[in-house]
Amino acid sequence: MRHIISLLMENEAGALSRVAGLFSARGYNIESLTVAPTEDPTMSRMTIVTSGSDAVIEQINKQLNKLVDVVAVMDLSEGEHLERELMLVKIKAKGEDRDELKRMTDIFRGRIIDVSNETYTIELTGAGSKLDNFLEAIGRELILETVRTGASGIGRGDRILKL
Amino acid sequence: MELTGAEIIIRCLQEEQVEYAFGYPGGAVLFIYDELFKQDKVKHVLVRHEQAAVHAADGYARSSDKVGVAIVTSGPGLTNAVTGIATAYMDSIPMVIISGQVPTYAIGEDAFQEVDAVGITRPCVKHNFLVKDPKDIASTIKKAFYLAKTGRPGPVLVDIPKDVSNQKAHFEYPASVSIRSYNPPGKADSTQIRHAAQMLLEAKRPMIYAGGGVVQGDASLQLIELVRLLGAPCTNTLMGLGGFPASDNQFVGMLGMHGTYEANMAMQNCDVLLAVGARFDDRVIGNVAHFAEVPRKIIHIDIDPSSIAKRVKVDLPIVADLKLALGELLDVLKSSKQKPEAAELASWWKQVNEWRAKGGGMRYKNSTEVIKPQYVIETLHKITGGDAFITSDVGQHQMWAAQYYKFNKPRRWINSGGLGTMGFGLPAAMGVQLINPGETVACVTGEGSIQMNIQELSTCKQFNLPIKVLALNNRYLGMVRQWQEFFHGNRYSQSYMDALPDFVKLAEAYGHVGMLIENPADVEPAIKEAFARKNDLVFMDFRTDSTENVFPMVPGGKGLSEVILAEDL
Repeated sequence: MRHIISLLMENEAGALSRVAGLFSARGYNIESLTVAPTEDPTMSRMTIVTSGSDAVIEQINKQLNKLVDVVAVMDLSEGEHLERELMLVKIKAKGEDRDELKRMTDIFRGRIIDVSNETYTIELTGAGSKLDNFLEAIGRELILETVRTGASGIGRGDRILKL
Repeated sequence: MELTGAEIIIRCLQEEQVEYAFGYPGGAVLFIYDELFKQDKVKHVLVRHEQAAVHAADGYARSSDKVGVAIVTSGPGLTNAVTGIATAYMDSIPMVIISGQVPTYAIGEDAFQEVDAVGITRPCVKHNFLVKDPKDIASTIKKAFYLAKTGRPGPVLVDIPKDVSNQKAHFEYPASVSIRSYNPPGKADSTQIRHAAQMLLEAKRPMIYAGGGVVQGDASLQLIELVRLLGAPCTNTLMGLGGFPASDNQFVGMLGMHGTYEANMAMQNCDVLLAVGARFDDRVIGNVAHFAEVPRKIIHIDIDPSSIAKRVKVDLPIVADLKLALGELLDVLKSSKQKPEAAELASWWKQVNEWRAKGGGMRYKNSTEVIKPQYVIETLHKITGGDAFITSDVGQHQMWAAQYYKFNKPRRWINSGGLGTMGFGLPAAMGVQLINPGETVACVTGEGSIQMNIQELSTCKQFNLPIKVLALNNRYLGMVRQWQEFFHGNRYSQSYMDALPDFVKLAEAYGHVGMLIENPADVEPAIKEAFARKNDLVFMDFRTDSTENVFPMVPGGKGLSEVILAEDL
């Protein structure tokens, strides 16, 4: 089953490779991984999307907790949570297509952030499935380039991961 | 007070009461060695290969309650040390390794003797550090020792670039350390302990399975008291031997691939299993699905939560310091009005004793023609009164030593259980002998393993270490040969060692005493004579039966009751 795991870790050189190394050494899946410093510059927040049986997910949580640089771990998918992913997509936009593509972008609540004579670059955020749907709606033949960040997640309401 | 980085490192080791550091100098650690030279509190033991430095520090730690220390240079010094570090990691041995690194300004330029030490060791250390500023050295070394010895122990590497060891910084050794992301477990949860006590008291067929955690966690006394109080059979893993006295009637022997029939059968058929500081690994319970076929409740006490429910389902997990948790469990049991059910226990012991009669603990057929390796170990046990520190290498001799040397005390059996590192025994014995001067230290090895670090005979000479080496020389890589006989149609691919050296001459060349023993009748007199030479290293070359196999054996992937006994073949 798909799980979204959030963790706080020391913002130190090598911390990211400890997490990535753990996943490859133990044969765990990584669907996506995002990381950036928090409002406290000594800490980074990471979101990992992974999948596995309950036993594997339990081990992933325990092994992450065991890393000395990891401050706290939360399996967001164990409770209510939100997840968002940012995508930048560059598409062919010529002639009559331009209006239709603009409309499509509006429907998906995206924004065109760069325009050339023959292309649009669109920024879109949402759950991963929404981004998938948008790409499908545009159609592969028009897509020149996609860049996705992977999911970032946060608990709902008073589910808070903080030191 | 302003000191150079190298001075700070040595001061830190002194503050940590390090008596011996094992190492090998080189370009990147020259400033550190210069400071070692100027003092005499930390004594340095010069090995002949960096792998041996780490194994020696490992033996030093295993046979005491101290943190082992090794110092190696950058590049090949570090890569040579990796096998030793991984060995210590797999067996949870507290150790600090200080490695030199090329100067900070050269890092990443493929400089001479540069290797990414932090990257290479990451999967086989508890934690590691690269220190880029001399002002961080003291706090980092303090953290390294703290991490190495608390929680589940393990090796910690501190990589120090050459320029950092020569720059000055203010020195003050921190009095205490706290790491916000690291909180080793302490006491157990009292509700869980009460629950565990209840399960054990209600058990009809209780069993206690204790591993290396009991030895490393110094919880042996608590374990003994608990086993006696519960009246249950107790088994030890390879790593746990000595944690419970082998001479005790409640001890059913080691379990696992080469464990006793009774230990494996009791493990398989118990109804409540108390696992203490053990991790249900593949060599212990064999096939997980087969193990799960018999329903039983499992209570698992361990300091490392990731060891719990990793391979088997656990009904009652308890994450705690073993010594504290067992103490709490004892308190609850002692104050409980309920006692273990005597009639149920009696019928369980009747069953266990039937298995004992069938398996017979450990047995082999002795010979007057050819030296049986088991006989050498039995004789070693007899001559040393079961009280020696025994190190071993890896292979058949290791299993025979584990089976036939009856360990009654913890920290006496020193072997590479997890990683299975050939070449471990002799250097480990050096560390054991140094921290236990005057004690009897023997290294049980094979003609294959000993050659993987035989150069350390030179170190033994330099530091006057009177280790007794017992090489069970069967001219084969015995365990490989055994598997080839059982599972590869007797095709002995590359397991025969041709052109072996004359070990007697070799020992003499290093300045030691060598003995060749070829007849069973000579085994006991030879061992007596060797151990009477209190001040000499004696290398005993026993020419043993090359066809002998280790029994019982649970073949890889099989279940605990699917065992091959000696008489089955």
